[in-house]
Formats: sequence, C-alpha cells, structure tokens
Amino acid sequence: MNSYTKIVDNGVNVDALLGAREQLTDAPQAAQFTWRATCDWVKGTHSRSEVEGFFGLGEEQKHKTSFCFDADHPEIFASEDHGVTPVEYVLVGLASCLTAGIASVAQNRNIQLHSVKATLEGNMDIQGILGIDSDVRNGFDGIKVVYDIKADATQDEIDGIIAQSQKRSAVYDIIANPSNITVETR
Amino acid sequence: MKLTNRLALQPHSFLQPFKGSVTTLIIGAGHAGLAMSRCLTQRSIDHVVLERGKVANSWRTERWDSLRLLTPNWKNRLPGYCYQGDKPNDFMTTPEFVQFIQHYAETISAPVHDGVTVTAVDAIENGYRVTTNVGQWQCRSLVVASGAFNIPNVPSVSKAIPTSIETLTTHQYRNPTQLEEGGVLVVGGSATGLQLAEEIQRSGREVTLSIGEHVRMPRHYRGRDIFCWMSDTGILREHYTSFDDVNRVRKLPSPQLVGTPEHSTINLNKLRASGVKIVGRFCGINNSGSNSSGLNKCEAQFSGSLNNICKMADLKMNRLLDSIDTWIEDEGITTGIDQPERFEPTIIDKSPTLSLDLANGKIKTVIWATGYRPDYSWLNLPVLNRKGLLNHDGGVVNAPGLYTIGLPFMRTRQSGFIGGVSDDAHYLSDHLASYLATSFKPSLYATS
Repeated sequence: MNSYTKIVDNGVNVDALLGAREQLTDAPQAAQFTWRATCDWVKGTHSRSEVEGFFGLGEEQKHKTSFCFDADHPEIFASEDHGVTPVEYVLVGLASCLTAGIASVAQNRNIQLHSVKATLEGNMDIQGILGIDSDVRNGFDGIKVVYDIKADATQDEIDGIIAQSQKRSAVYDIIANPSNITVETR
Repeated sequence: MKLTNRLALQPHSFLQPFKGSVTTLIIGAGHAGLAMSRCLTQRSIDHVVLERGKVANSWRTERWDSLRLLTPNWKNRLPGYCYQGDKPNDFMTTPEFVQFIQHYAETISAPVHDGVTVTAVDAIENGYRVTTNVGQWQCRSLVVASGAFNIPNVPSVSKAIPTSIETLTTHQYRNPTQLEEGGVLVVGGSATGLQLAEEIQRSGREVTLSIGEHVRMPRHYRGRDIFCWMSDTGILREHYTSFDDVNRVRKLPSPQLVGTPEHSTINLNKLRASGVKIVGRFCGINNSGSNSSGLNKCEAQFSGSLNNICKMADLKMNRLLDSIDTWIEDEGITTGIDQPERFEPTIIDKSPTLSLDLANGKIKTVIWATGYRPDYSWLNLPVLNRKGLLNHDGGVVNAPGLYTIGLPFMRTRQSGFIGGVSDDAHYLSDHLASYLATSFKPSLYATS
C-alpha cells in the first residue's frame, strides 16, 4: 500500500492560527480586541462608513489600507441606491465570517476545498420598521444560509466543517445571541 | 517497600489538635478516593482518607430520587472489587450505589475518617498540612479526590429572575412533587437536564428545555449497550494526550443517557414527542420595558444556534457509530450482533422559540442543570488556573507529591465514570510511590 502525505492548501495559515491560540491562552490580556468603524452621513439615506484601525495584541493596529462602504436603500424606498442596505451588510458579514471559518476548519482538518459558495436569505416583514405593527420585529425573522461546497470530503465531513465554522463564528454569535448596545452622543 | 512514617514533626497550630502524620492523605471517600486507598494499601503506603460526611457522601445527599448510574453494573469495576449481583447489565439506583461503595470501603478496609471536613491545605517542608474541623494532619503526599461536582453552576443572570419563580439547582431537586403545578424551565442539555425534563413533563407540568452544546448517544447500538462498544473498541481508554484539545473535552456535558430498568434511550426527539418544548442555549434575561399585559418585562432569551448545536451532536454521534462499525468490521464480528443503523436526526421546530415570558405567571420553576464545578476554596496552593480548576497533567498536579483523581477525562475518556478510575488509581499510585521513593531518601529520615 502506498502511503503519502496529503498536501492540502486552502490558503489558510493554520499553524499561525494555532500558534496564536496557544500564545493567547497564556496571555489572555493580549486577546482583548476592539473593532471600530466610523460612519458619515452623506445625504438622504446614503451614508459612507470607513474602517481602518483596530486594537489588538495590546496595541493599535491598522488594516493595510482603509476600506469604505456605501450604504443606502433602493429606489423603491424612495432612496437613490448608492449602496447596499445595512441589513444586506449583515448578510455579507455573516457569509464572509462563516466562509472564512470553513476555509480554516477545512485546512485544519486536512480537507482540500475546490469551491465554496454561500447563498443567504434574510426574510423580513417591513411592517416592523415602518411602525405599522408593533408585534412585528424590525429585524430578520430568520436567516437562511445555503452552502454549495466542492471538496475532497464526504458529505458528513463537509457538514462537520460547516457546523464547526458556525460554532466558532463571531458574526453568527452576534446575530444568534443578544448583545448590549449603547448609543450616545458627544 | 514499606515507607515508614518518620516525617519530622512540623510546628503546627496549638489551637488545633494534632491528629497525626501520615505518608499520604486522601481527601474524599467516594469511589475515586477509595480506589486510590486500595492501591496505596497494596503498595503498603500508610494513609488516611478524610470524608466530610459518610462514604459516598454526595451520592447520599446531593442526588435526585430517580437517578441511576449511566454505566451498566459490569462496568463499575474498582481496584479489587466488582459488581457481584445477578444483573450485570442493569443500572444501580443511588441507594444501591451508596451500598456498593460502602461495601467497597469495608472490603478494602479503607482507613476512612468520617465527618471530617477539610478547611485548609498548606504547603510545609516535605509535605502538606491539612486542617480540618477536628484537627490537623501532616502528610508527605496528598490526593485530592473531592470530586468535580461540588458546586452547581448557576448563570449570573439568574439574579434577574422574578422572585415569584422558584429556582432550584440539581443539588436541591429531588422529584417533581416538590415543584409547584405549572410550567418549568429546565436549563441544560446533559444527561441530567434531559432526565429531569422527561420526568417533570411526565408529572403533568409543561417543560421547556433549554440546551447548549450536548453529547447525543443511543443507549443501545447493534444489540449491545453503548458502553460495551465503547469499552471493546478502546474508545473509553483513549488517552488524554491524544485529544486535540483536552480542556475543551473536559468541559463536555455528560452524554444524553439514562439508566433505567427498561434500558431505554433518552433523546431530544423523544422529549419533543412527549410535549417538551426544546429551545436554544439560555443566554440572557431581558427585563427592560413592560410586556403586553403591562407588567414589568422579564423574558428569558435563548440562542438562535439550536439548529447547529443539534446538527453537531448528530454528526458526532454518527462519527462514534461509524467508528464502532469500522471496529466490528475489522474484528470480523458477524454473529450475535444487529445490523448497523443510523438514528433519526434531531428534529427541531422550524422557528425555535427565542424568548420565554417569565413574568406572565406560566413558568413557576426554573431548574439549573448547568453543570458543576469543583470547590478548591480550601486549597492554599498555587495550583489553580484562572478558571479555578486544578492544573494537572493526567492527575499529577504541579506540586510535589500532589495528585488528583476522579475528574472527567482526567487520564482517559472514562476517567469520569465510576469504573474509569481503576486504571487512573493504578497509574497515580505508581507515580506516587516512585515520588516517595525518590524524594525521601531513607538516610534523611533515619532516626537515632
């Protein structure tokens, strides 16, 4: 029987992640991160958010460049549609978080991915945000994510990766569990 | 080798009567402490076992009425002792188990001191000083066998629950008759949570069961008890060094099993069919504002991750069954067993409830079946991690001559089960004996 080492490369540096995990276990203080965004109102429902710096590993950090995000509402909301709606950003956040997790978990489990495509849907009854019916919540009734994954793995292995990715996902947690929010003015 | 007890007397508090100097002192006369005692006796290491109550105290005082062991009788082997009745495949009730342990203590002539509560352990030269409610002992080596289930975990948000609702821990719960008529919220997806939800729902009270990560397991598989397979395949003996993340594994809730005379399986689908409402992990209480009846709002909130939690448990159960099937095939076993099967996936509501009104009077009781933590408040040694748990390497604590035993996944997957402490006691008593032999050169202790 031939034996060989399967070389799997999903482009995730798992060794670095596991190393960081080990180091941060011994230095929990360095594990304290703060993520930031700023948002400027442009006009109407159009706003532009910017993300550049964050705090972590005990000091100020920076992305390689600053990133800008236009948000607006479509024309059927009497807006000018300069960008996606904020709730769509939530879907984007969830999708990209879960997908990053899938790549990392697959790498850690030595499974080669060929393609990963997520399709997300969030259903919403807009009677909530329009204040028509106070029994209707503002946010999504629920979010459905469907993954289409091609990988050198059994269906159970793929399901296991998707499950583990949800278990370790920050955005999944933020959406599934309550968080305290404080909004103030300066 | 007889290690005589010639430890130089250390100064001790004159307020405390001095009870004696022993080579080894064991804290706790449950199954683990007694197993260790037996192994030390075999090695002629003089020792005492201190017990705050009577032998098997927590089993006498901190268990609900219907509880039976999760492991079949044949599995509860202890060093020099095993089940001798005529029902090896059944499950002991709590009183039967107390008797089993009591009889073990007598059989091995364990030097147990009843009614002795340890209040402090301090390091002294060449050993430890153990202060108790009746006096002080000194020892060269110490075995902490006081168990992992000393203090029930209760989430801090429990304080926000209205006082009109009674809250109980699993140390206080005995049976459904002690509960007011009305709805009950059981929090916890371990064997305990499911067993309590089952019997309380059967008593006519409407149960909501809140579950986080859990371990699903069938009682029977291919015609045998699941413990038969886990033993035969070696799964239960998987060594702690072979786990990817032993700390994660050590926090796993107990598998969703029940020991009944009928050998029945307990699982979420059965509970759901019996009317129990299954909801996600309890994650908070929202008490801002008022509810639809104008009362102060108090709403338990449940995580929206129930789908994934259940899916993970199903996948893990199937991986366990896969490994059993593979083992059976590799061993070439073809007779006397049933065909492989896969169980119905866990069914959950299409939109599981995310909140539960605690202010409308429907819920009368909340039961926290949210696990336990050990109590080391008396251990004045720098051996606890930031979570208050003992730092140990397979039961060997990073302090001279200090050991622990009887913790889940301590050395193997079965360390937390009754019979699982046998191998651990043999290993640790060997380790302890060689520690004594190398650390205490006879010449140092030679008397005139």
